[in-house]
Amino acid sequence: MPKSVLVSLRTLLMATLAISSIGPNQLAAQETPSVIPETVEFNRDVRPILSDKCVFCHGTDKNKRQAELRLDTEAGLQQKAGDTQVVVPGQPEHSELYRRITTTDDEQLMPPAESGKALTETEKAILHRWIEQGGRFEGHWAFLPIQKTPAPAASASEVSSHIDHFIRESQSVHGLEMSPESDRITLIRRLSFDLTGLPPKESEVADFVNDTSPNAYEKLVDRLLASPHYGERFAIWWLDLVRYADSVGYHGDQEVSVSPFRQYVIDSLNANKPFDEFTVEQLAGDLLPTPSREQRIASGYNRLGMMSAEGGVQDKEYLAKYIAERVRNASGTWLGITLGCSECHDHKFDPFTTRDFYRFEAFFADIKERGLYSGANSDGNWGPFIKVPTADQERRLAEYDRQIVDVKKVLETSTPELLTAQAEWESTQVQWTSLKPDSITSKEGVTLTLQDDGSILASGTNPATDTYTFETKSLPSAVTALRIEVLPHDSFPQKGPGRAGNGNFVLSEFIVRVVNAAGEERLIPLQNATATYEQTGAAGGNPYGKWAVAAAIDKDEKGKTWGWAIMEQAGRPQTAVFEIQDDLTLADGEKLQIVLDQNLDNPQHTIGLFRLSAATASRPIRATDAPPANLAGILATPAEQRSDAQKAELSAFYQTIAPALEPARVQLAELEKSRASLDSQIVSTLVTEAVSPRMVRVLPRGNWMDESGEEVTPAFPVSLAGEPTSDRRLNRLDLAQWIIAKDNPLTSRVTMNRIWKLCFGAGISRKLDDLGAQGEWPSHPELLDYLAAEFIQSGWNLKHMVKGIVMSQTYRQSSLSPASLRETDPYNRWLARQGRFRLDAEFVRDNALAVSGLLVEEIGGTSVRPYQPAGYWAHLNFPTREWQNGSGKELYRRGLYTHWQRQYLHPSLLAFDAPSREECTADRSRSNTPLQSLVLLNDPSYVEAARAFAELILKSETPATSDRVHFAFQRALSRNATPDESAVLESLLNRHLAEYQAEPEAAKNLLSVGSRPLPDGIDLPTLAAWTSVARTILNLHEVITRN
Amino acid sequence: MHRQVYQSGLSSGQLVLPDQIGRRSFLHRGGISLGSMALAQLMQNETRAQEARLEKPDHWKGILSQPHFPPRAKRIIWLYMAGGMTHIDTFDNKPKLAELHGKPMPESITKGQQIAQLQGQQLNCFAPQHPFRQWGQSGQSIAEIWPKLAEQCADEMCIVRSLHTDAINHDPAHTFMNTGTMIQGRPAMGSWLLYGLGAESESLPGFVVMVSTGKFGQKQPIAARQWHSGFLPGQYQGVEFRATGDPVLYVGNPSGVNEKRQRDVVDAVQSLNRLADQRLDDPEITTRISQYELAFRMQSSVPELMDVAKEPKHVLDSYGTQGGDGSFASNCLLARRLAERGVRFIQLYHRDWDHHGAVKDHSAGTAQEVDQGVAALISDLKQRDMLKDTIIVFGSEFGRTPMAQGNGRDHHLAGFTMWFAGGGFKPGFSYGATDEFGYHAVENRVSVHDVHATLLHQMGIDHNRFSVKFQGLDSRLTGVEEAHILHDLLV
Repeated sequence: MPKSVLVSLRTLLMATLAISSIGPNQLAAQETPSVIPETVEFNRDVRPILSDKCVFCHGTDKNKRQAELRLDTEAGLQQKAGDTQVVVPGQPEHSELYRRITTTDDEQLMPPAESGKALTETEKAILHRWIEQGGRFEGHWAFLPIQKTPAPAASASEVSSHIDHFIRESQSVHGLEMSPESDRITLIRRLSFDLTGLPPKESEVADFVNDTSPNAYEKLVDRLLASPHYGERFAIWWLDLVRYADSVGYHGDQEVSVSPFRQYVIDSLNANKPFDEFTVEQLAGDLLPTPSREQRIASGYNRLGMMSAEGGVQDKEYLAKYIAERVRNASGTWLGITLGCSECHDHKFDPFTTRDFYRFEAFFADIKERGLYSGANSDGNWGPFIKVPTADQERRLAEYDRQIVDVKKVLETSTPELLTAQAEWESTQVQWTSLKPDSITSKEGVTLTLQDDGSILASGTNPATDTYTFETKSLPSAVTALRIEVLPHDSFPQKGPGRAGNGNFVLSEFIVRVVNAAGEERLIPLQNATATYEQTGAAGGNPYGKWAVAAAIDKDEKGKTWGWAIMEQAGRPQTAVFEIQDDLTLADGEKLQIVLDQNLDNPQHTIGLFRLSAATASRPIRATDAPPANLAGILATPAEQRSDAQKAELSAFYQTIAPALEPARVQLAELEKSRASLDSQIVSTLVTEAVSPRMVRVLPRGNWMDESGEEVTPAFPVSLAGEPTSDRRLNRLDLAQWIIAKDNPLTSRVTMNRIWKLCFGAGISRKLDDLGAQGEWPSHPELLDYLAAEFIQSGWNLKHMVKGIVMSQTYRQSSLSPASLRETDPYNRWLARQGRFRLDAEFVRDNALAVSGLLVEEIGGTSVRPYQPAGYWAHLNFPTREWQNGSGKELYRRGLYTHWQRQYLHPSLLAFDAPSREECTADRSRSNTPLQSLVLLNDPSYVEAARAFAELILKSETPATSDRVHFAFQRALSRNATPDESAVLESLLNRHLAEYQAEPEAAKNLLSVGSRPLPDGIDLPTLAAWTSVARTILNLHEVITRN
Repeated sequence: MHRQVYQSGLSSGQLVLPDQIGRRSFLHRGGISLGSMALAQLMQNETRAQEARLEKPDHWKGILSQPHFPPRAKRIIWLYMAGGMTHIDTFDNKPKLAELHGKPMPESITKGQQIAQLQGQQLNCFAPQHPFRQWGQSGQSIAEIWPKLAEQCADEMCIVRSLHTDAINHDPAHTFMNTGTMIQGRPAMGSWLLYGLGAESESLPGFVVMVSTGKFGQKQPIAARQWHSGFLPGQYQGVEFRATGDPVLYVGNPSGVNEKRQRDVVDAVQSLNRLADQRLDDPEITTRISQYELAFRMQSSVPELMDVAKEPKHVLDSYGTQGGDGSFASNCLLARRLAERGVRFIQLYHRDWDHHGAVKDHSAGTAQEVDQGVAALISDLKQRDMLKDTIIVFGSEFGRTPMAQGNGRDHHLAGFTMWFAGGGFKPGFSYGATDEFGYHAVENRVSVHDVHATLLHQMGIDHNRFSVKFQGLDSRLTGVEEAHILHDLLV
């Protein structure tokens, strides 16, 4: 080693020794990078350096790996080549690793300059000391088994004392001690927000403050854990992870119905369903033996990802997107790892390969789904779902079903009268004669070919629009109607009958003329156009409200693009019938000309296969009267020659039209309509349906078009679980069971780390979304392991763990943060105080509603729509939409029930950092922005809440202004106002009272914000002035802060 | 510190004051005691508010203490033609296509390529639908449907005809263009810039978005995700300015509350928050106070910004708008006003460029909706000597096929056009080319990440050194693959 390096190193070590000798107190106080621990721990001290500075080129990713050297494995660090060894235990100077980071030779120096990375002197010194002390390797902490811990706790308070023990221990190392316990008002506010997301009521505060029993605190905790609002509060945490939303997210961001899933989460948390069960039900509820409805709803977890109905989407590409997102979500939600990074390349920092990624993906390959949900923007069909009726709805459905069976029995019973009537009916059936063309032409040069069955097939060029002209001289006498049948064919998209990409066509105009020998044309008037089906979808702007066949004989009066179309019924034959006003017979030398205009501006909506026929029966003749095509042959057969099966088929059809059965049919129709109407009110929810698994292959660089990758079957990441031992194909149930297996090192740690954040404002490891090598070494690893082990040992009992945490002295500490403590421990790593932080978005709203008395405390149900500015959805399309504010109780529900539109989340929630839930969110940010101020000042929800709050203040018993201010503070902050605070508010009150008295119209305007009626018997200027006071209070930092 | 006990006049028991009050109620920050003098001062709200010299809140400072490079531009105005502007009928003339009109596109060109709505259909060439001309001293080739832009600004434009992108459907393509990845939840470029450089304006947001539409195409949905701050804190989010209703959501006072009364309420909030801050010495409260001040300033600065009545008639005429109508032209005028007021990133969407059918009429019509506003904006900035430090970016999420879809064109990712002006981009300059069909970018290919890297560079930021740890990775606007600064485009 060059001398200069040795010298500088010695200087450095001396400097650090000097620092470490000044005692633990100062040490903590100067938690600067220059401190080198006495005992270097690989995971705490060394791994972060290697991970950040070296592993990018010397890690899992074999494509990036340089010099075939790995610095993220034990073997790699011990690697020898000739005389050199990466790490020689005890001998930094002989270790290649150390030599290469300290060399003065720029060619040899690591990391190389072009990497943009460099080691600090401290980092080099840490590596030096680590090798000196033996250079021992440890696996990454989060991937190692959870450390052995004490026997299962007999009670939550035992958990609490363990927590306090770990915290005190670390505090003493850093010369700190716990802050005193918070006062009871702060405690009950903190607990109420943390466990229910709501402020305590005044009576609850008083009860707790005055409760002298020794277990007053525990009673309070138990009450809050048993509150139905507990489930609501923790549901928000969970719904962020599993990306619950009420719209599909991609492109048109259409709505999707999944609210029963939210209900499932709330109910499960309230019932304290063991977390392992909760996990299995969501990942694989559908694969459980005879799954209950609840378990099927839970399986909707797999269907909560984003979906697209954008035309032009390739199925395969989006199937690849959806399934990859499931890997990100499941690995993020339960394992806290970033497996998603391995989609395109082996993970740069953690031991996950692309093969691991795609094998994980294969677990989800059995989920029935589509890549493109074509048409779902109009029909709402987003794949498998179930209906979730209430008990009452279920009872009424059963009643309808019973009645329907009875009526059907009547309809299906044959009688002699019916047989006679049927014979008569048969004799009157319309006979259609297929027309044979003398010529058939296409304006745009499409090839039109006459088939053996009289139909005409289009092929060749596929123009944007076209006009077909059909001419014939052979027509029966006295024709009363013409018919066009449009027929499916394999040569068209979706089998046609149209040539548009979705199998549709639009017949804009059906024109009939007679041309005589001299070439003179005469238009034949048509009437009463009918069709077997008329398209209802995509009919925005259509003057007929649907794609009606009537538009095909309107002489284009309402626009030339409108006409007959059948989109939803693509792939099936359809028929349209046009009555001729006066019986038509061709004279000698005359020919019939039928013109089919197809002029839609959306290109290629032309007819692919069709047949024209004529009838001479008496009018009315309707398309819908015609017996189905399969009966035509039977009718043509003389009655005595029909087989029994044919007879039965014919009778069955006749029963559907027999006049004698009309009353029963009407009754049936009404029953079915009522049932359908009831059914349409029943909320549905997406569920998972397993089908035969799709083939999954490794996609090189994540490219879905590249089919060169290896085919894979489901397996767990090898570095965590080893290679699969069984030949059986694993499925989602296996995945779920592996996730909650006792020896899975991640699930429990990840979950406890996140629960800790809910109770303190930060995790034990602050990276909630990544416990991998790039995550953060936990401040209290033993504590995290203890909690993780206890969580498993307790039977995954979440309430037990939450209770243990909130019962601890650590939790009960004051959150006051003297400047000295802020300097010593700016990020509160050693928890010598509680955290203080802004309420989450939903609770900001809930709190204002609760304080003002407006909150509707119902649990669950479908999503609701509080006030939202008009036009906020102006940029949505397919279809265009306008938010309709809810009414009545819907306006005052908790924030978690607000309709969750991924592309345009309610702006009040968005302003307070609620996530769009397009992806897994483990850690909401907490910003502090002017838009938040604007929401609290001006959003009608808050203005109305302030007014309701003012009404409460004025209804309070004592009329003295100062008492009223105290009353208001008690409701909003559970304390009295200080004299200074009162003075500010009273001054505001007096000025605004004078102003509103002078301007009563202004008072009325302010009090008319929102839909709440003006109160009787309250002086409006007074109420308006108090509304100013209430607005002020609802805007206070303290009101939206949990201390 | 002793605890104080207040007698509550309202509930039965005696309530102990919570931590927020009790322990430190006589400890005041900086030793200032809140005596009667101070209280009197608090009451003089209006004077005090006007005199208040609030520091720029930390949240609005950038994290870069100094730029990586000397910045060439201070702001970006991004004119985003959403839906996929046809490059072939606007800025990338392809005479060869006219020759082959109606004939099959050679399979060698299309084989193995991603196709959107034309999947499984016959792929035929479709001629450019508008005549092209050479314009200005520089002789830039531009279609005649841009008469004003081409006439007035051809010599300012730096046209890049060799863009390619990764996504063929609108939604992911927008997300890719704005955030550098197709995965949701990443910050938009404007958020990155604010995060790095901070905001200049003290009374307006630093990242403003305006959306207009037109009469000709299938209006593209635009998700708010396109201006979301992703994993960056919420204060870096883009703020949408709207033509109807409140110009910024919730910026209007409630009915019955005039500006003075609103000021009273804000002052009372500020006074009480200051009292809390004096007791608790909490930086979050200090920030909250600054944010209320900014919010209140926005309540007057935003309406002032939106009110163009004081613009001279010749200016209004040059843009072809009287303002206030939400048109693209009106937004162009507002963009200039925002730029003057120090807004760093301004994005104008025109969301009507998705021309699957009737591309001839629809592209002509939509260009007409855009032409005059853009031309006026560039000329106006130039006249005010602001073009030199303002970058104009003009482009779509992708282009459109050289193949016919009926009488329209389908989505196309393999080659398309963007152009730039001002901010150190070479004026009157053309760069890159697609093949003779207008299908593949073949000469000097430019990726979306290259565009991002170049724009960051002009703003003084090295894209490689500008990252945020997210899910364990150093996340960058320019992604994990290599991105290149397009020095050839720069003066």
